[in-house]
Amino acid sequence: MPEEKVRILIAKPGLDGHDRGAKIIARALKEAGFEVIYTGLHQTPEQIVNAAIQEDVDAIGLSILSGAHNTLMPAVIKLLREKGADDIIVFGGGIIPDDDIPFLKSQGVAEIFTPGTPVSETIEWVKKHVKPRHKRK
Amino acid sequence: MDSSLIEKILSGDDVATARALRMIDDELPEAREILKKIYPYTGKAHIIGITGAPGAGKSTLVSKLIELYRKKSLKVGVIAVDPTSPFTGGAILGDRIRMQSHSTDPEVFIRSVATRGHLGGLSKSAWEMVKVLDAMGKEKIIVETVGVGQDEVEIIGLAHTSVVVLVPGLGDDIQAIKAGILEIADIFVVNKADRPEANRLVKEIEFMLEMAGIKDKEWQPPVIKTIATKGEGIEELAVAIDNHFEYLKKSGKLKEKIRMQLEKEFENTITSLIKEKIYRKIQEKMESLISKMENGEVDPITLGEKITRELLKEEEK
Ligand code: B12
Ligand SMILES: Nc1nc2c(ncn2[C@@H]2O[C@H](COP(=O)(O)OP(=O)(O)O)[C@@H](O)[C@H]2O)c(=O)[nH]1
Ligand SMILES: [Mg+2]
Repeated sequence: MPEEKVRILIAKPGLDGHDRGAKIIARALKEAGFEVIYTGLHQTPEQIVNAAIQEDVDAIGLSILSGAHNTLMPAVIKLLREKGADDIIVFGGGIIPDDDIPFLKSQGVAEIFTPGTPVSETIEWVKKHVKPRHKRK
Repeated sequence: MDSSLIEKILSGDDVATARALRMIDDELPEAREILKKIYPYTGKAHIIGITGAPGAGKSTLVSKLIELYRKKSLKVGVIAVDPTSPFTGGAILGDRIRMQSHSTDPEVFIRSVATRGHLGGLSKSAWEMVKVLDAMGKEKIIVETVGVGQDEVEIIGLAHTSVVVLVPGLGDDIQAIKAGILEIADIFVVNKADRPEANRLVKEIEFMLEMAGIKDKEWQPPVIKTIATKGEGIEELAVAIDNHFEYLKKSGKLKEKIRMQLEKEFENTITSLIKEKIYRKIQEKMESLISKMENGEVDPITLGEKITRELLKEEEK
């Protein structure tokens, strides 16, 4: 019988070694019934996008605490576009100043979750906004 | 169904392949159409199973095997299975972490799969997913099992060559060997050979094989020491894997395996087609049927017989 699961890639781009937040989010998504693919630390945008395509995920969650979000997040979105996979939703979190959020959203980032946001709130957002790609259209 | 999807899969396209795998995993009706169309293009790949306890180093070994195969310009596909939580239905698929260095290689396709309640070390979709990777042109397809228990025998029904990974110092290894892993393995790997006791484990496995009389058979499972993290022993492992495939071909065992798989696939297809049909028919009546059994009006066997008979009769008309 058909069973459509939502699949999400959690990735840490760049040289950032802070992985607690990413792991917490990955675990919370698992608890909420999602299939989470975790790719580990130090990923290039190319690695992340290729993995997202092969895994046919519905969304990519980027975790960045290093301050490089303004370059790395748009880089991932640009690559998705180039590969015709821009229906994959990109969201993220980490140490990201409020002032940067409008810019990131203008680049196509769907939502940003910063420290202090209850994880339950993040999960509710994902449940509401991320559906299987081929069912959206 | 979109016929260009099939063409794209056959030309090795990642996006199309990924989408087909999703349809299979989600058991969408389109999946069967895809499988029918790609069928003529399957049967070429060498399917290698890697099994062993969690943390034994399976994913690390897979990554090193990919590296070696790529040096020989072989195209590689990977299906890596991790468990679905029985409580939440969710899963964290982490095998890819060890393989991400191959993520930008266009000739390597890696897919993480959750068991979604299927027991036996694989997902229900694994067999069909392997077919798609085969059709897209991958020459070596590696399947990493969940690695939770001793009942992971399903891999022998899928893989041509099954590799069992053990590590020294876990204590329960020998028990695992006794409990049936001996029969699964075409090749044994003693990984983490940088640890003490590796040689002892090798000896123990060899002793077990002799005791079980397996050493007298046509294929004697080699026991190979590896240090996956350093890439040591991988070359030997790859040679053993190839030797085993050659043995299968020469001895006629490969044909036997393929026949058995076809029979199983045929049986599975018929079972699920009939089941789907019947369930579609009785869906609305389900509650009342269960009540009937609950009230003691009829037993499940009589009712099951009756409903199946009715359906088959209708089909004849
Ligand atoms: C713990 C910590 C470390 C640990 C990391 C351990 C580990 N494995 O993660 C250690 C000691 C190793 C470390 C090292 C460094 N750190 Co540090 N570290 C911290 C600290 C104190 C807490 C981070 C943390 O784990 N928080 C707990 C987790 C759960 O929160 P979180 O990651 O923010 O995640 C939440 C949200 O952001 C969001 N979220 C995060 N990711 C994602 C992803 C998605 C998809 C979603 C939806 C949500 C989401 O949800 C989470 C839950 O609410 C912060 C300061 C701070 N208060 O944040 C500094 C901090 C991040 N570190 C900092 C620095 C500078 C460093 C070092 C460079 C220090 C140095 N000079 O050596 C090194 C660099 C290490 C490296 N290789 O990158 C700076 C970064 C400054 C910046 N961005 O400009 C900070 C902000 C401290 C500061 N105020 O200066 N650090
Ligand atoms: N010391 C040592 N550690 C290893 C070796 N192979 C793998 N590991 C480590 O064992 C852990 C589990 O490896 P992984 O490949 O994820 O195991 P899996 O769960 O069987 O897939 C990782 O931390 C690896 O780095 C090895 O040969 N020696
Ligand atoms: Mg693994």
